[in-house]
Amino acid sequence: MTLAPPAPATAAEEPPQSLRITYDDGLTDRTATVRVWRGDGTGGRLVDYAVPLQEGMVVLDAIHWIQANRAPDLACRWNCKAGKCGSCSAEVNGRPRLLCKTRVEDAGGPDGQVVVQPMQSFPIVRDLVTDVSWNYEVNATIPPFTPAAGDAAPFVIPEADLVRVEEYRRCIECFLCQDVCHVLREHRATDRFVGPRFLVRIASLELHPKDTRDRLPLLRAEAGIGYCNITKCCTEVCPEHIKITDNAIIPLKERVADREFDPIRALWRRLRPLPMAAWAAVAPQGPAEEDPAEKGAPPELPPG
Amino acid sequence: MTVEVDTEVLVIGAGGAGMRAAIAAAEAGCQVVVASKSLLGKAHTVMAEGGIAAALGNVDPEDSWEVHFGDTMRGGAMVNNWRMVELFCQEVIDRVIELEQWGGVFSRTGGGLISQRAFGAHSWRRLAHIGDRTGLELIRTCQDRLVHTQGIRVLMEATLTRLLTDGDRVAGACGYRRASGEPVLIRAASVVMATGGWGRMYRITSNSWEGTGDGAAMAFLAGAELKDMEFVQFHPTGMIWPPGARGILVTEAVRGEGGILRNREGERFMVRYDPVKKELSSRDVVARSIFKEVQAGRGSPHGGAFLDITHRGPSAIRRALPSMVDQFSSLAGVDITKEPMEVAPTIHYTMGGINVVAETGATTVPGLFAAGEVAAGLHGANRLGGNSLGDILVFGRRAGEAAAVDAHTLRRPPAPSRLQAEAEWRMVFEPLERECGESPFALHRELQEAMQSGAAIARTEASLRETLATIEALRERAGRMAVPGGPAYNPGMSTARDVHFMLIVSEAIVRGGIERRESRGSQWRLDYPERDPELGTLNFVARQRDGQMAVLPVAIPPMPAPLQELAAGETRVAATALADAADLRAQRHRGAPAGGRRP
Repeated sequence: MTLAPPAPATAAEEPPQSLRITYDDGLTDRTATVRVWRGDGTGGRLVDYAVPLQEGMVVLDAIHWIQANRAPDLACRWNCKAGKCGSCSAEVNGRPRLLCKTRVEDAGGPDGQVVVQPMQSFPIVRDLVTDVSWNYEVNATIPPFTPAAGDAAPFVIPEADLVRVEEYRRCIECFLCQDVCHVLREHRATDRFVGPRFLVRIASLELHPKDTRDRLPLLRAEAGIGYCNITKCCTEVCPEHIKITDNAIIPLKERVADREFDPIRALWRRLRPLPMAAWAAVAPQGPAEEDPAEKGAPPELPPG
Repeated sequence: MTVEVDTEVLVIGAGGAGMRAAIAAAEAGCQVVVASKSLLGKAHTVMAEGGIAAALGNVDPEDSWEVHFGDTMRGGAMVNNWRMVELFCQEVIDRVIELEQWGGVFSRTGGGLISQRAFGAHSWRRLAHIGDRTGLELIRTCQDRLVHTQGIRVLMEATLTRLLTDGDRVAGACGYRRASGEPVLIRAASVVMATGGWGRMYRITSNSWEGTGDGAAMAFLAGAELKDMEFVQFHPTGMIWPPGARGILVTEAVRGEGGILRNREGERFMVRYDPVKKELSSRDVVARSIFKEVQAGRGSPHGGAFLDITHRGPSAIRRALPSMVDQFSSLAGVDITKEPMEVAPTIHYTMGGINVVAETGATTVPGLFAAGEVAAGLHGANRLGGNSLGDILVFGRRAGEAAAVDAHTLRRPPAPSRLQAEAEWRMVFEPLERECGESPFALHRELQEAMQSGAAIARTEASLRETLATIEALRERAGRMAVPGGPAYNPGMSTARDVHFMLIVSEAIVRGGIERRESRGSQWRLDYPERDPELGTLNFVARQRDGQMAVLPVAIPPMPAPLQELAAGETRVAATALADAADLRAQRHRGAPAGGRRP
């Protein structure tokens, strides 16, 4: 040290005890039985843990208590513990939930038990952790935000034009909607359907007032929007309260239907490539036959 | 099976700084690997709620980068790296506009421009924001940009635990994949450290599990310097009840939107501590004021203060603070549109970190760069709200570009030491081989108790010395940690490694706290309650010396006269939304034309 410490301002140092704040841990005299699925890709079972209940305890607190006191190797993905990152997704008593926002006391079934299992739509890594990498692969296939080349910065956009987009952008990518969606969960249609999360993502781009890309062909083909039969399960589990079905999927379905299935538009599409001179010859023939592939419902899902 | 990867630039950490660095390095023509402990888009950046401070002047045209410079220097109690502050205040404006060009969505002004809100110790309404989830918007925007940038490979849930060297140069890093526990070895021509801050060594913190200081500790062990480590920010408003929610952040935007702090007696106590700025005083001042109220017996039932926003009315609150409404109703059963929140200070941010060159983020170790919260300098002794999201964009980009240039100048492929990697893997997996020993969770808890009691918001020489002794004792026990199970996704195993990182970083915090014998910014020494002008010209820097940590004073280079002038002013109080509304009502009452608030 080249610096001489200046004299203390107060003669007597305060004892460190005065700095200590005692915290009320809100421990109750009750315990909860938390049944946690333990295992890996080859199989597993539910293991019971008796957890002392704290006031307002959430399921993630219970998992942490188990890790610190009973099973240090209990695998559980989590980050912020504040409902903002969407990492601690799992199923509590069969319902897709964020563990950090689910209170133990609210979660308990009639017998007071809390059953915690991993998401069922994704491959198991270990215990409560699933392999959600498929979602990131899907995201990479969606064409990014593309403003017009001449659209100068900074943008001028009225607030009203962004209200819908703001709702979609609230998504924290917890993938609970992907977990609950029966097209992914029961039919395992990951090769044909991108799931609610990425329909919301596409909606956030399609409805952005400055975006110029056309993603309707993608929606109809690779994204498989036709597979959604609007059961609204995704909306029910969304922790951000995004009205996924009503505000994202249905508007997109309407756009696809308007473009692809409207007979007058279908005719226009057929005529448009023709040179003006051909108009007279083609126009009197009446509405063109629709391509069978453009008609009707999307292909049936395989059973199971 | 060891996973081996070769790349030109390795970015460790995938928060805002890491992603922005990766994009910059890839755009400069480099192959880039980004390694992240978590899934992409889950980083701590999402916890930033209030906004990005940038002198766009969309709401208050009087604002400028010069005023922002003065606010930031004064907020940081003048020990900031002034060159970093200068670059930051100038460039953050472009970074915000760039984010919008990449598809980021911000709240708008009546004229359709990016709207800006008031925040603590900013002279004008300056924070570009979207509701109270600006960090999420930033990370999602960068994430989508990154995914569609050529030349970037992302390794999710790959925990890197040691920098590997080739002679005196950093040449890669090693660690393990979380899902499988497989060892990972990455050879890289240059490395950008973007691992964020550290709050997990304290008990009451708004930090996620990731905030264990790995990046700072790894850089320190590789020979880098840690600067200003004593400066740890207490966010004045964290949740305090129920116990499980303790520490979770309550955004400063609540106060920016007009929230009022009251004590048990209903008194608006900030009027006593800072009669001008009141609730919108800087974070260190507000946090200390709450602490003092509690110490004086005027705290709320669970040892904090009441934060009241109910006067704004339910619809305005739901629009401006939707995630706060949700957070309090789901976690605490409190309807913030009808009743006040109970809040207390929580460890939130670390101003200190790796010592870097302002322009490039270069550290003292060749080949190693750092950006974002893990780097020191921009925020001095106290960070202003809204300056962290801009920090990661401005300096993430600069570090990425500099790392790309550096990688291109390297004449031979990097050859990191295999011996170092093998020693590291032994350290990572060793606790799995012990039948019995210390629990990493118990050691972590003891460290948290020690740091919270002795090195938190208020400190004394004695409390810091006592904490240092505890750290030494814990370090000895940390050599005997045992964890059951195998290496695949084993939280016990990762916590065991984190304990070592946290002990190094805690030691640096405590030693810095001891050496700075004054109160400045976030450092509040009860035994030295005043600022010492002489110490205001110094930073304290931790270096390795003979295997020990030495903390030494380093003089701050003198500030050029034009900047001195900017820093000398007074921070004014920006209008809050509440004040605007009141003004507007008053004007209507007087029959003045609405909207023309300023002369």
